[in-house]
Amino acid sequence: MCLAIPGVVKEIRGNIAVVDYGGVVKEADISLLESVEVGDYVIVHVGYAITKLTESEAKESIATWKEALERLAGF
Amino acid sequence: MLAFKDFRSRELAKRALEVIEKLSTGESFTFMHVCGTHEQAITKHGLRSLLPENIKLIAGPGCPVCVTPASDVDAAVALAEDGKVVLTYGDALRVPGSELSLAQVKAKGGEVRVVYGIREAIKLAKAEPEKEFVFFSIGLDTTAPSIAAEVARGLPANLSILNALRLTVPIMELLMGMGDLHFEGYLAPGHVSAIIGARAYEVIPKAYGMPVVISGFEPIDVLLSIAMLIKQIYSGEARVENEYTRAVSYEGNIIAQELISRVFDVATVQWRGIGRVPFSGLKLREEYAEWDARERYDLKESRGVDIRPGCSCHLVIIGKLSPQECRMFRSACTPAKPYGPCMVSQEGTCNVAYRYSQQEV
Ligand code: SF4
Repeated sequence: MCLAIPGVVKEIRGNIAVVDYGGVVKEADISLLESVEVGDYVIVHVGYAITKLTESEAKESIATWKEALERLAGF
Repeated sequence: MLAFKDFRSRELAKRALEVIEKLSTGESFTFMHVCGTHEQAITKHGLRSLLPENIKLIAGPGCPVCVTPASDVDAAVALAEDGKVVLTYGDALRVPGSELSLAQVKAKGGEVRVVYGIREAIKLAKAEPEKEFVFFSIGLDTTAPSIAAEVARGLPANLSILNALRLTVPIMELLMGMGDLHFEGYLAPGHVSAIIGARAYEVIPKAYGMPVVISGFEPIDVLLSIAMLIKQIYSGEARVENEYTRAVSYEGNIIAQELISRVFDVATVQWRGIGRVPFSGLKLREEYAEWDARERYDLKESRGVDIRPGCSCHLVIIGKLSPQECRMFRSACTPAKPYGPCMVSQEGTCNVAYRYSQQEV
C-alpha cells in the first residue's frame, strides 16, 4: 500500500488529474499540491499526488548524481 | 516521456560502490532504513551482496501493515462481525489479529472489501447509503494527508474511520534509545519525507548525534545516500542531508502538514512487536469525533496478541534479526500462508526476503 509512483499529468479537471504511469492511466487527487500543470511529473500515493517533480529536475538528477559521487570520491 | 530506467545506470552504480569502498576504508558501518519501499529496492537489486562486506544495511519498522497491532485488527474484525462493511487496503487483509484476520472474517461471510484509498471508500459508501461503512486506515505519514483531506471536506454520514495511522520520526527516536541495537546512521524514507520535509528529522542529529540522509528509491539513490552517511561520520558531522531533492524539500508539503494538524491530534499508540510509543500515532480530533469509528461504535481496545509463538517479527521489525534467522521462514511461514505480520504485505521484510532471496545469490 505504501508504494508511491511517479507519473505524468495528462489532464486536469478541478481537483482531479488524469495521470499516466507509463501507459496505465488513473485519476489522482491533486488538492495537496499548490499548483499542477499538464506535463508535470507527480508522485501519487493512495490516489493523492503528494509531491511534484519536473521532468527537467528528474533528468538533471543523473548529472547531479555523477557530480555528487565525484565530490564524495574526492573527499 | 522520461524513461525512469535511466536512473539505473550501471556505470553510476559501479562507481558508487567504488566510492563507498574507498570512503569506508574497511571500517564496519551499520545503517538502518525505516521504509518498506527501501527494503524492496535494496533486496530486489541485491544491494546487500553488492556492498562491501563492512557495510551492513538493516531494515527498521517501515511497513505500516507489519506494525499495525493486533488490537487494531481485532477492532476491524469486530466491526465486520457486527455487520459493518469494512474497507481496507489489499495488503491489510491478511494481517493476523489476536484470533482472526479480516480475510478470515470475510471467508466466514463478513463484508470486507479492498479499496485503493479513501476516495474509493467514499464512492462505495455513497453508492449504498443504507449500509454502514468503516475504513480501516493504516499507514504512515505519507498516507495521513489523504485521510485528513477527506475528513476536512466531510465524509458521507454512513462512513467512519478506524484510524491506525502512525508517525515515523518518533519511532526513529525510540530505536536510537534501544541500548542493544547498534547502527551509525539513518536512511530516511523518501516519500514520508515528501510530506514531513527534511526539517522534521533535525531532532535526530541534534539530540542523538545520529546522521540522517533522506534517500530516493533507485539503487543509485540508496548507494549515494550510504556514501553521504559515511562522509558525515568521517567529517565528525551529524546532520540531515537530502539526497532525494527531486521530490523532497526542506519544509515538505505544507498543505498536507496543515491538513494533518487540523484533523488529527498526536497520540500514544501501540506498535506491533514494539509496544506503546509516546506521541507516535494520530487520532481524529474531537471536532471530527463523529467520523471516528471507535467513538461511533464505542469500541473497547483489546489487549491483542501481537506476536504468535515462534514468530520473530518483533525482532525483524526493529532490524535485530533477518528473516532467514527465523525458523518459520519459508517452512511454516510463506506469502501464500503468512504466519506472522512481516510476511503479509509486499513491503514486509519477511515477504520481501521470500520473494527476492533466490535472485540475490
Ligand atoms: S518468517 Fe514469518 S514467522 Fe518468521 S518472523 Fe517473519 S513473519 Fe514472523
